[in-house]
Amino acid sequence: MAAGVATWLPFARAAAVGWLPLAKKTMPKPPVDNSSRSDEILYLNVSGVRFQTWKNTLDRYPDTLLGSSEKEFFFNEDTEEYFFDRDHEMFRHILNFYRTGKLHYPRHECIQAFDEELAFYGIVPEIIGDCCMEEYRDRKKENQERLAEDTEANEVMDAPLPPDSTPRERLWRAFENPHTSTMALVFYYVTGFFIAVSVIANVVETVPCRPPEGRVKDLPCGEKYQLAFFCMDTACVLIFTFEYLMRLFAAPSRCKFMRSVMSVIDVVAIMPYYIGLVMPENEDVSGAFVTLRVFRVFRIFKFSRHSQGLRILGYTLKSCASELGFLLFSLTMAIIIFATVMFYAEKGTKGSTFTSIPASFWYTIVTMTTLGYGDMVPNTIAGKIFGSICSLSGVLVIALPVPVIVSNFSRIYHQNQRADKRRAQQKVRLARIRMAKKGTTNAFLQYKEDRALGDRDSDSTALCVKNRSAFEHQHHHLLHCLEKTTNHEFTDELTYSELCMTESVGFRTSRSTSLSSQQGAQNNPTGCCPRRARRRAAMRLANSTASVSRGSVQELDTLHVKTTSIPPQTRSSLNAQADDLKLNCGEQDFTAAIISIPTPPANTPDESLPPSPAPIPGILRNTRATAYTHETVKISSL
Amino acid sequence: MGAVVGTLTMQTKQRRPSRDKADDDLEMTMVCHRPEGLDQLEAQTNFSKRELQVLYRGFKNECPSGVVNEDTFKQIYSQFFPHGDASTYAHYLFNAFDTGHTGSIKFEDFVTALSILLRGSVTEKLQWTFNLYDINRDGYINKEEMTDIVRAIYDMMGKYTYPVLKTDAPKQHVDAFFQKMDKNKDGVVTLDEFLLSCQEDENIMRSLQLFENVI
Repeated sequence: MAAGVATWLPFARAAAVGWLPLAKKTMPKPPVDNSSRSDEILYLNVSGVRFQTWKNTLDRYPDTLLGSSEKEFFFNEDTEEYFFDRDHEMFRHILNFYRTGKLHYPRHECIQAFDEELAFYGIVPEIIGDCCMEEYRDRKKENQERLAEDTEANEVMDAPLPPDSTPRERLWRAFENPHTSTMALVFYYVTGFFIAVSVIANVVETVPCRPPEGRVKDLPCGEKYQLAFFCMDTACVLIFTFEYLMRLFAAPSRCKFMRSVMSVIDVVAIMPYYIGLVMPENEDVSGAFVTLRVFRVFRIFKFSRHSQGLRILGYTLKSCASELGFLLFSLTMAIIIFATVMFYAEKGTKGSTFTSIPASFWYTIVTMTTLGYGDMVPNTIAGKIFGSICSLSGVLVIALPVPVIVSNFSRIYHQNQRADKRRAQQKVRLARIRMAKKGTTNAFLQYKEDRALGDRDSDSTALCVKNRSAFEHQHHHLLHCLEKTTNHEFTDELTYSELCMTESVGFRTSRSTSLSSQQGAQNNPTGCCPRRARRRAAMRLANSTASVSRGSVQELDTLHVKTTSIPPQTRSSLNAQADDLKLNCGEQDFTAAIISIPTPPANTPDESLPPSPAPIPGILRNTRATAYTHETVKISSL
Repeated sequence: MGAVVGTLTMQTKQRRPSRDKADDDLEMTMVCHRPEGLDQLEAQTNFSKRELQVLYRGFKNECPSGVVNEDTFKQIYSQFFPHGDASTYAHYLFNAFDTGHTGSIKFEDFVTALSILLRGSVTEKLQWTFNLYDINRDGYINKEEMTDIVRAIYDMMGKYTYPVLKTDAPKQHVDAFFQKMDKNKDGVVTLDEFLLSCQEDENIMRSLQLFENVI
């Protein structure tokens, strides 16, 4: 709950007086506040710097160190102050949080030191105000990434293999992290070497060599030393094939591996060779085969496994695709416009090289990129004018988007990271708020349970309730009063849906109808109120608790829930009055039910405590499971 | 002009009628309403000086401007009832607190009402409750008013209740109430009928004593 809300609790409780004339049941007794009434000034000594504040200020957040009884551990009796051996500059911010309800992050402080202080004082960082939250998150993320990188680097270097890994896992690890074993390293370098050899061979075989004896024309080396190049190519391809098959075998997820970019590159690099093997020595087809050999150059991309930089570049281009697309589009527009203009301008001249618009594309591109080969030149005056405009605009069109792309890339890259962060944070924040809300519900249900238990055994009450602050006691009492006013109780979602189910399942089950026959008024499915009103009118005040419990047990019967036999120890006086009822309940044997009623809580007649059979085990189960989570996730302000 | 307004020490001043929304906003942020002196408040209410001090510190912390408007009031009250919708009931409460119908609650209003509710006599408390129920302040509680109030209270319970909340539960509640309170069966409850009926009901009398130690 927010800070100031605690101070308004007395007002809310006072306003509950407005419910009293309407209440159908008597109000529960309020919790006794044993703490001293008067507000006092506390002295907090943090490493020698003395802070003073009202006790109420610290009590606003009862689940932090300063707000709870935990600070008593730091109380120094000699000097009558609370001494903390922590940083006093950070403490200033912590104390301001109590005063104003907003936690600020001091920008000049180290994020880890700040986090440690927050953890010490039991404050959840989510409460940091919006003004400082983004900065805090950025710094924290940065720090975490840096630490993660360091640990990852260390791990990769030194991590030993898990002892029971299969050879397949070891192989995969060797491929992915060549530094782990010498064999892997050797293999890594060998493949690298062969990639280089293959690429160089591809390049060299096109270089003209001295012709052999008897020939005049220069021959490309590839044809002169055909056998040698063929052998080298075969060796490289064998190595690559072997590597690819090994990777495929070792991959933990073969489908995913086959779809990955690197494996596609591998396949494309070796395919031409095999296709060339199977293809017959046919003149027509070998023309197509020659183009296939072009794909051998893709082997150079295999280097990206060996080079981090190439990978980053690839990622950059991929992430910048839209900007590049825009550049391309605007260039295309400009090219088409200028080509058309130049074509029509030069149309008339004799011997013009501008034979068609597509032919003019070449001129436009060469001019706009300021290359200016000079193979196509305008001759007419109009052509020259437009040609100059074209080259001027070319500079602009190309020069402008490039820095935009560069800055766009950096902006988009960081923005994406921040947007993802924010989305995740938002989800986490909402989840936490939802859990805290659930926590308050469950806290209240837990409180009711404790009251029920506590009434039976006064010792356990003390144990159960000591963890709850005065504020919570009073708040729960307030909610309890509301329950009494409306004669309905708070439950959680799960039980509510269970209830709805049982109601809809049917009112007529095959159970012994002795109860229903005796309680004639029971067959009214629309509910308790008229019955209760009648009862209330008829009841004598002395038996108020008894009648109300009768009413409530009756009401339960309309739900047709299974009852266990009521053990005799509970409130014999009460049950003696509801004699007929008790007998029937004891003999009941219901079918089909989810919920079972436990014994009504013990209720001494003098106390006007709620005799409600509320803590149904079904509900109990739920709240027990979830009630304790609220301890960990509770945030002190909404 | 805003600064002048801000530095004036106002004594239970009525809020100036606003001409312009911008002016209004400026006024709201600049206006710092200061309550009457501690001695006067102590004389007017049943609280001691210390209690007034504690109350004012909390009040001022939440509302530095010294007044609570209806939205803030609704917000504060809703935080106590996270399960359901407390805004309707908070609206009626606000009107009950704001005795001068100024549209905002000053510290004096706040403390006066608390004094009645917590330290007042039984008659005073019942009178305050009657005023709460009597929405249009005509001196009579009719069924519609009561149904509105009861429905607002049931709204605060929210959806997940045990037993399941039926749609006619408020109506039946109101019927029961009228049956008890309306002595001459004329369809409205007057203050005297209300006082009489409540004093007859021992339950209510007993419960009224419960909230005295709230501060």
